[in-house]
Amino acid sequence: MAISGAEIVVKCLQEEKVDYLFGYPGGAVLYIYDELFKQDKVRHVLVRHEQAAVHAADAYSRSTERVGCALVTSGPGLTNAVTGIATAYMDSIPMVIISGQVPTAAIGLDAFQEVDTVGITRPCVKHNFLVKDVKDIAPTIKKAFYLARTGRPGPVLVDIPKDVTAARCEFEYPATVEMRSYNPVVKGHQGQIKKAVQLLLEAKRPMVYAGGGVILSDAADKLQKFVQMLGVPVTNTLMGLGGYPATDKLSLGMPGMHGTYESNMAMQYSDVLVAIGARFDDRVIGNPTHFGSVPRKIIHIDIDPSSISKRVKVDVPIVGNVPDVLDEMIRQLEATTERPDADALEAWWKQIEEWRRRDCMKFKNSDEIIKPQFVVQKLWEVTKGDAFVTSDVGQHQMWAAQYYKFDKPRRWINSGGLGTMGVGLPYAMGVQLAHPGSPVAVVTGEASIQMNIQELSTCQQYRLPIKICNLNNRYLGMVRQWQEFFHGNRYSQSYMDSLPDFAKLAEAYGHVGLRVDKPGDVEDAIREAFKRKNDLVFLDFQVDPTENVYPMVQGGKGLTEMILSSEDL
Amino acid sequence: MRHVISLLLENESGALSRVSGLFSARGYNIESLTVAATEDPSLSRMTIVSIGSDDIIEQITKQLNKLVEVVKVVDLSEAGHIERELMLVKLRATGKDREELKRLADIFRGRIVDVTDSTYVVEMTGDPAKLDAFVEAVDSALILETVRTGVAGIGRGDRILKV
Ligand SMILES: Cc1ncc(C[n+]2csc(CCOP(=O)(O)OP(=O)(O)O)c2C)c(N)n1
Repeated sequence: MAISGAEIVVKCLQEEKVDYLFGYPGGAVLYIYDELFKQDKVRHVLVRHEQAAVHAADAYSRSTERVGCALVTSGPGLTNAVTGIATAYMDSIPMVIISGQVPTAAIGLDAFQEVDTVGITRPCVKHNFLVKDVKDIAPTIKKAFYLARTGRPGPVLVDIPKDVTAARCEFEYPATVEMRSYNPVVKGHQGQIKKAVQLLLEAKRPMVYAGGGVILSDAADKLQKFVQMLGVPVTNTLMGLGGYPATDKLSLGMPGMHGTYESNMAMQYSDVLVAIGARFDDRVIGNPTHFGSVPRKIIHIDIDPSSISKRVKVDVPIVGNVPDVLDEMIRQLEATTERPDADALEAWWKQIEEWRRRDCMKFKNSDEIIKPQFVVQKLWEVTKGDAFVTSDVGQHQMWAAQYYKFDKPRRWINSGGLGTMGVGLPYAMGVQLAHPGSPVAVVTGEASIQMNIQELSTCQQYRLPIKICNLNNRYLGMVRQWQEFFHGNRYSQSYMDSLPDFAKLAEAYGHVGLRVDKPGDVEDAIREAFKRKNDLVFLDFQVDPTENVYPMVQGGKGLTEMILSSEDL
Repeated sequence: MRHVISLLLENESGALSRVSGLFSARGYNIESLTVAATEDPSLSRMTIVSIGSDDIIEQITKQLNKLVEVVKVVDLSEAGHIERELMLVKLRATGKDREELKRLADIFRGRIVDVTDSTYVVEMTGDPAKLDAFVEAVDSALILETVRTGVAGIGRGDRILKV
């Protein structure tokens, strides 16, 4: 029996077991919305801005091992979604975005709400499609989900003209996908793996540097086994937090621009560095020439060959899926009695303990004014380190990453690659829907939260009991920090004037709002918020406006050239 | 270093813009780019000439391979290969220049494919250096226009780029 293209779209989503579809209707997708209305398997979440739909779908994906899905209309619906798509692309998040397009006959005629969607999104998707024939809808959506989740994951967009959703044909969902041009590598090269294991066994100062790829490929348990077999130090990047338990003694914390002293020193002075699902980002290794100025062998495991030897020359490249490669490395380690030189390893750990004693994460707490780091510490304590935490972008993001110790993967949800302010609240929506009943907190700033504040309305409609911790310093704090350090204290446009009363604003949306001024009230406020199991609680913490994020490696500087506190300035 | 990169890609609308978009977005150099369908109409064959350090060329081939519609990529300049380019040159051909230009075209194995009282159009194929040499050899005042296709390349002997 022939059915409409719109019905086919919805049936495909059902086939893919999409339980939540984040979206916003409009002219070009009316037929699809009509079909959504007639069923209840795919639950549609109506956001208040398309950017939030894509962020929510993105976070749904980040916090599960599933593919998030969003639906937007043509023209402005799509352009609003672009920030969300680019955010997901930079962090390799598997997602499918379906966009409406003007009718086929109108394409290219500057029709109402027409944009070149495929052209606009091309540089920020893994792949995209324009579907011109109703018969192609099902195979294309099948391919989209397949592409999104395999290989190096990423967002895939399917653009469907309105007339194609009205046209009719038989529905059959393909069981498999065959693409001669797309065959991602899974297993790593045996010989290379052998070389890597040998190198590791001969290492005197080995170090594991684990990135977002460990989270995306669900390899945390394998990473843990691998690291513990060898007893080597491990650092997890901003995207990789939770890939190895932060509270374990082998963990050195985060590397990079705002990483720990011990992690950056160990990265620099290791003699064998194993990079796993990480990409030597400029925010991680600082100046590549400085990083390359000391001798060190690098093993790099990554699913994407183009990530290897892009910024740093690698000695042993291993292209493959992280868990498969780790499995093989573990197998080879189990098959041998050889272990790294125990004396050398002991000396290495002694050195690391010395670095650790610098206690780079200490901060001067105060009885008078709330320190932002203190809020995150308390959040970690109250939630026993077991909440899902999303963040926005700025100082608060770094404090969340530094002071909330993530022991499990997929608990820390942030925009690492694009650094998109405004993701925090929509991210929390996607996470809360994927994990009903679990504690979900947003660590945000008064500037970032205002970029998608309208989503408080969505949270009310879907009764999402998110806890928002607004570290309100009345500044674009991260911008202010750079202006203090590098622009002679000229705080050009970084003061946030005319702020709303956030507690009242939350109440206006039907939520609970609480302003917290005193350090002594921080813990109680957080406890109170989490006690209110069914309410969204907006905690507006008035924090020290002059606080800075330390340690810091200035852009362009070497990884070991850290500013550890205001005394180093 | 100059490299000649050859690729097979799905013959689909938009595939070309993915390749050219990649080069502009990542700041890679393109000296020339040619593309047309192969004997299998579902595939296009593209030849790209680019100049870059070994590291950059390695990134270019990896990034090209990463494009979903790209089936195969080879760097032809890694081994024996043939490059050919077609050029059409319109020359002012009057008086004693007519004979001289004809002779020059013959030497370069060019063919005169259009003749008027005052102009010739010379068709010439060869590797880019040969075409450059012809343009050098002709008095520049006589060149009215030139059009070149860019390089098409193929590997020598057993080097075969096929699905
Ligand atoms: C959409 C967007 N615009 C601008 C920036 C640049 N930027 C990075 S951090 C920051 C300030 C963020 O302020 P706030 O949310 O209050 O957080 P704080 O740094 O004070 O903790 C800005 C403007 C960005 N990352 N994203």
